[in-house]
Amino acid sequence: MTTKIFVPRDAAALSMGADKVAEALATQARQRGLDVRIIRNGSRGMLWLEPLVEVETTQGRVAYGPVRASDVASLFEAGFLSGGDHRLGHGLTEKIPFLARQQRLTFARCGVTDPLSLDDYKAHGGFEGLAKAMALTPAAIVEAVTQSGLRGRGGAAFPTGIKWRTAMNAVADQKYIVCNADEGDSGTYADRMIMEGDPFSLIEGMAIAGLATGATRGYIYIRSEYPHAFGVINEAIRSAESAGIIGKAIMGKGPAFHLEARLGAGAYICGEETSLLDSLEGKRGQVRAKPPLPAISGLFGKPTVINNVISFTSVPWIMAHGASAYADYGMGRSRGTLPVQLAGNIKFGGLFETAFGISLRTLVEELGGGTHSGRPLRAVQIGGPLGAYHPAHQLDTILDYEALAAIKGMVGHGGIVVFDDSVDMARQARFAMEFCAVESCGKCTPCRIGARRGVEVIDKMIAGDHRAENRALLEDLCTLMTDGSLCAMGGLTPLPVMSALTHFPEDFDKPAMPLAAE
Amino acid sequence: MAGAHTKASEVPAEFDETRARMVIARLAHLEGALLPILHELSHEFGYVDIRNVPLLAEALNISRADVHGTISFYHDFKTAPQGRHVLKLCRAEACQSMGCESLVAHLAATHHLAPGETTPDRALSVETVYCLGNCALSPAAMLDGELIGRLDHDQLDQIVLDATGMRS
Ligand SMILES: Cc1cc2nc3c(=O)[nH]c(=O)nc-3n(C[C@H](O)[C@H](O)[C@H](O)COP(=O)(O)O)c2cc1C
Ligand code: SF4
Ligand code: FES
Repeated sequence: MTTKIFVPRDAAALSMGADKVAEALATQARQRGLDVRIIRNGSRGMLWLEPLVEVETTQGRVAYGPVRASDVASLFEAGFLSGGDHRLGHGLTEKIPFLARQQRLTFARCGVTDPLSLDDYKAHGGFEGLAKAMALTPAAIVEAVTQSGLRGRGGAAFPTGIKWRTAMNAVADQKYIVCNADEGDSGTYADRMIMEGDPFSLIEGMAIAGLATGATRGYIYIRSEYPHAFGVINEAIRSAESAGIIGKAIMGKGPAFHLEARLGAGAYICGEETSLLDSLEGKRGQVRAKPPLPAISGLFGKPTVINNVISFTSVPWIMAHGASAYADYGMGRSRGTLPVQLAGNIKFGGLFETAFGISLRTLVEELGGGTHSGRPLRAVQIGGPLGAYHPAHQLDTILDYEALAAIKGMVGHGGIVVFDDSVDMARQARFAMEFCAVESCGKCTPCRIGARRGVEVIDKMIAGDHRAENRALLEDLCTLMTDGSLCAMGGLTPLPVMSALTHFPEDFDKPAMPLAAE
Repeated sequence: MAGAHTKASEVPAEFDETRARMVIARLAHLEGALLPILHELSHEFGYVDIRNVPLLAEALNISRADVHGTISFYHDFKTAPQGRHVLKLCRAEACQSMGCESLVAHLAATHHLAPGETTPDRALSVETVYCLGNCALSPAAMLDGELIGRLDHDQLDQIVLDATGMRS
């Protein structure tokens, strides 16, 4: 009997040697005359256990990790093919608390299936949402997405259904569906994980958007830092086309839907939707003034739905199980689930999909196990480089859009970066300004010039030069950037800066340091 | 279309107008063709020679200034040849929280190499990047397109030594 072994092909697993492990498993199985089949799955998201090797047994899948190539011989000796005990063993994968406690809707298949197997995808509920959508009118699809309460997972949290309705109602000879897979926020990797681990779900979600709006062409704009995701998505597009799921006619009988993946070129601002559209058109990624909304005049001036990867990949589940089933998860105006990404100085870093409403403390301390270094936790940054820094005492806040806004923070794309007590928050504030200066598209002055001035002012504060005056100057500058910037790059950079200043004033008041030589 | 990076084994070729024209002609039909072409030129030649600018302007019917403006806007498009190996060090927040700056300091102190620089023998270029999507396994880096997690000083030394052909 062939035993199935799963070794992730996810880039995070590869970064810890998954290919070498897969190779060693294959070689040693051959040498021992054992009949195994190695499947390169996506990641389960328990990234501290990568490479996580799973074996299919009569009991279910049994997990071992983190496995190094040098551990492989001892795994065979321990009889891991039948789930034997080993120091790296974790028992049944599904019973590992970090996984068992999740509510996996969007990521249900991720890590379970072979990402590029259409048969696997279908066997695990794939294309059920698309099939349901095929039987509906565009208006009914849009209504379902609206009723689900899904809000954009890219950061701005705009209701997805409303965006789709605008594009549906627009009249044009060509409409586009664009997926924002630029995922530039530090501390986030959900888009990458699902593109590498369940790429057909993105194709399915975008095809449903095509049906809903009458768009017949789609683009997936993937950041160039993600070569693995780009490769998997391209393969998935090709096989979905040859299987007749997309292309000339959706599922062989619907309207056309042609999909293409494009690479970004290393610019954080190209995650901003209008800048992304300019970049797709082959231009500098400069932010456009709104209106017009992309849903009215987007890519090449045509009505365009642009959504984040997780927004699109949430839709197949909503269509398959119903809008109210999705809206049953979550609380208040934050409905459904969010793939939270635990990152930085954390013991058990990984992706945790959960209904909105869980506390930050549960995520960071209980599930995440506190800091990786073992030192006290001092700050968490939530929502990427434009998100606020929160002190440890704010960890009792509930994860939901409104609750975080109430403490002057934001959910963003759902990344939580943990810092221990060695962090210097004045340096973090400086970095926020520096990042904005480096990545600004240059279109408006408050951002382009303001960020540079911000770096200078913080440098002076660190150097002990006129601290009170410079603090007032920094606050003024932040107000100017917040009020006067064209987009959220300049508009939200004050969030990390001011939160550092508000919650950690002592770090701006340390014994003077000489001015940075940079 | 090519991958996002130049393979380590490929020595960047000299500029060759005929080949450049072929690359451009092959992709010029795409909607928004400029970025895919610039990626492909980077892949073929290891960088985007400025002698491509008039060729691109002509093929895509846009101004030279627009082509220049686009090339200079993106961190990925280099107008001079890079090292045979490229190490991208992540210096964004999650990696900061796990000490990526100490890796940068180590690189400077031990190997006299800073982000943005290439070794004199053109063996290795080091770049700063902001997030590689490996933030639960920080500090992260990417060597010739291969992702690395939990990068430490020893591994960094090994990368530099392997790239420059000097064994310890
Ligand atoms: C500076 C900046 C960077 C952004 N980066 C991203 C990104 O990497 N990915 C993303 O999906 N949205 C990003 N956004 C948000 C997009 O502008 C936009 O809101 C999103 O693509 C809409 O899709 P959604 O409604 O599905 O979230 C960014 C916004 C700004 C201002
Ligand atoms: S705020 Fe910054 S990034 Fe946004 S449009 Fe203005 S200059 Fe460009
Ligand atoms: S912040 Fe370094 S990989 Fe994301």
